[in-house]
Amino acid sequence: MSMRRLLTLLLATSSFAVHAGYPGVGRDATPAEVKAWDIDVRPDFKGLPPGSGSVEDGEELWIEKCSSCHGDFGDANHVFPPLIGNTTAEDIKTGHVASLKDPGRVRTTIAKVDTVSTLWDFINRAMPWNAPKSLSTDEVYAILAYLLNLAEIVPMDYVLSNENIAEVQERMPNRYGMTRDHGMWEIDGKPDTHNKACMKRCKPEAVITSSLPDYARGANGDLSKQNREYGPFRGVPTPGEGGDEAAAGAPAADGPPNDVLSANGCTSCHGLDHKVIGPGFAEVAAKYAEREDVKTYLSGKIRSGGSGTWGPIPMPPQPQLSDADLKSVVDWLSSGAHH
Amino acid sequence: MNLKKIRPGRLRKAPESFLDAEFIADVKQNGFDEERRAFLRKSFLAASAAMAAAPLGGALAAAPEGDPDILNLPSWTTSLGKPVASRPYGMPAKYESNLVRRESPGLASVSQASVAFTPLQGMFGIITASGLHYERHHQGWQEIDPSRHRLMINGLVKRPRVYTMDDLMRLPSVSRIHFLECGANSAMEWGNVAVPTVQYTHGMLSGSEFTGVLLSTLLEDAGVDLKRGKYLLAEGADGSSMTRTLPMERVMDDCLVAYGMNGEMLRPENGYPLRLVAPGIQGVSWVKWLRRIEVGDMPWNAKDETSQYADLMPDGMQRQYATIQEAKSVITTPSGGQMLIDKGFFNVSGLAWSGRGRIKRVDVSFDGGINWRTARLEQPVLPKALTRFNIDWVWDGSPAILQSRAIDETGFVQPTYEQLRAVRGSRSVYHNNAIQSWKVAESGEVSNVHV
Repeated sequence: MSMRRLLTLLLATSSFAVHAGYPGVGRDATPAEVKAWDIDVRPDFKGLPPGSGSVEDGEELWIEKCSSCHGDFGDANHVFPPLIGNTTAEDIKTGHVASLKDPGRVRTTIAKVDTVSTLWDFINRAMPWNAPKSLSTDEVYAILAYLLNLAEIVPMDYVLSNENIAEVQERMPNRYGMTRDHGMWEIDGKPDTHNKACMKRCKPEAVITSSLPDYARGANGDLSKQNREYGPFRGVPTPGEGGDEAAAGAPAADGPPNDVLSANGCTSCHGLDHKVIGPGFAEVAAKYAEREDVKTYLSGKIRSGGSGTWGPIPMPPQPQLSDADLKSVVDWLSSGAHH
Repeated sequence: MNLKKIRPGRLRKAPESFLDAEFIADVKQNGFDEERRAFLRKSFLAASAAMAAAPLGGALAAAPEGDPDILNLPSWTTSLGKPVASRPYGMPAKYESNLVRRESPGLASVSQASVAFTPLQGMFGIITASGLHYERHHQGWQEIDPSRHRLMINGLVKRPRVYTMDDLMRLPSVSRIHFLECGANSAMEWGNVAVPTVQYTHGMLSGSEFTGVLLSTLLEDAGVDLKRGKYLLAEGADGSSMTRTLPMERVMDDCLVAYGMNGEMLRPENGYPLRLVAPGIQGVSWVKWLRRIEVGDMPWNAKDETSQYADLMPDGMQRQYATIQEAKSVITTPSGGQMLIDKGFFNVSGLAWSGRGRIKRVDVSFDGGINWRTARLEQPVLPKALTRFNIDWVWDGSPAILQSRAIDETGFVQPTYEQLRAVRGSRSVYHNNAIQSWKVAESGEVSNVHV
């Protein structure tokens, strides 16, 4: 090595004393920053913060924050697939959920998940639906304790904590239900199907085993409006069942504030006219049309939520709505919810 | 079904059609002389007279003197056009408004945890228009302020690091074209035919050019411990803070931290300002709004690795971490819910892709898989990217069943439904890469069938 190259090398090493990569780009994370974001909990419970919560506390939190989507017992199917159900005491013994073999049975979350850490991690990072990461550590333990009790994995008087969660893992109904014995993790993994590229007279005939029933042709809307109206392949006109207006329709001048309604999840529970989970918007408009304080009343109900007025399923509070968005919804509702 | 009803833009026959075949042959052979020209003028006038007398709408056939769209100059030929930048961000022509992302009714009851499918039935080439890239979110999409976005790398590294977008966009950049397919693409079709068109059977599929930084660049910058660090966790900055485990070999091979898509920044629905690009691996692992990378010595068993995206086998076991998208193809035109406008010549076109590398060959069958012909592959044919195939077809008006079959560079041949179900049953939900069949009826209507 020449003296000059050696010198350059020495200079280079000394000026990037920390590391040689990309000077001026990026910086080291502080311990507080890592702590703020490193929230994952692994199956070996690395990352699980200390804390505890009882089934009893969990039930109260559940009714307040979770039941509107998941049902009082975690078995509702109206918004998300059911969390609880189709596991047995025998499954808890064997670690294999037997109902997963039965095509007729609904696959609940508790039937599928093999590790309790997954539930803790997900509730903590993503729930409740409209206010993720708002639960305290103890609240996460409590809500999970309630769910585990619903699945009969822990008793009514259980207090779940970082100390005993490993014991719960030993009772997870599907703890041995996962396999990694397949070829789809490694790039050179072995496939499990073995088709051959036959070219001529590969089989005696082509038999159609399944086709779309006539009544379902229009289930995805008018297909003539989902293709170009020129060119060699046109869409087949099918009687639409609504899919299209939702996708393409611009709102009328005094029509619903569609952007606000859809961005805030309102339309997943309320139909324009009819009940879905909560009442239809038109039903709400009609019920309160005569009320003098209709705007104040509706603003309060939307902002803070409530239950009992339209049935047992509570309307969750909507703290995320901006004042302007809330006003646009209330104005539209109080003027009759026309569309 | 009345075929004429759906042919508003159909090209009318040119005036030659009222010349007899003998005359045309004569002209072809001997050329136009004065005598033949005179004959032509006479025929033209006669045809015009006949046409003028006919009732309006009575004939789809030729307009008397010719195509009115040629004879009567349209407004766009006789007026001043719009100025530059009247649409500062360009939009498709108004006639293209039918081709949009759509949800499939009944698939999910909450639109924040749903899917909007790409309209493959109207798209060309191997790049998906960014505005039509399919959407799949787990807790709605966010529009993140890029000046406040951070990427953290921690875990089994010498130095936990933080990068701003300024930092990331200074680093050595690469651009790669890859496909992106949801692990649940074609999920509704595992058991039986469930949806009418290719938008819903295969529309959780997109192809784009992604620009960003190789993840290996960042991991080396942080001093990754490759001896113990066999796994990597990617985490989003959205409400769900979605997490996925990736194997380190895949990560160090070709994974990117991408900010660009198709020449511009990522769209918010696709992870703006930063997403993971994990070529060949199912879409759920391409974490959007990427905020954190952690290196570890075991998989994380995240929600979407246990309760979702695990393939249920007939024996009740779930295949976990089945992430590589095996070779698959589909004919996009003609496809379900479309109608051939006439008998005669058509260009049949489709897409093929493989998570294990390049597409080597695509065969097409017009008789439901009895006989096959090899299609033309359009260039470029790139690893882990969409590949466009085309094949000529003359439809004689009789029923047909169209299929395509992809073969990738490992020699793997896309399976039939029969083969797939023999191994995996019909309740897997994920990773359905079976050969798709489209039936063409005598009416010209194309429909989704299983063979």
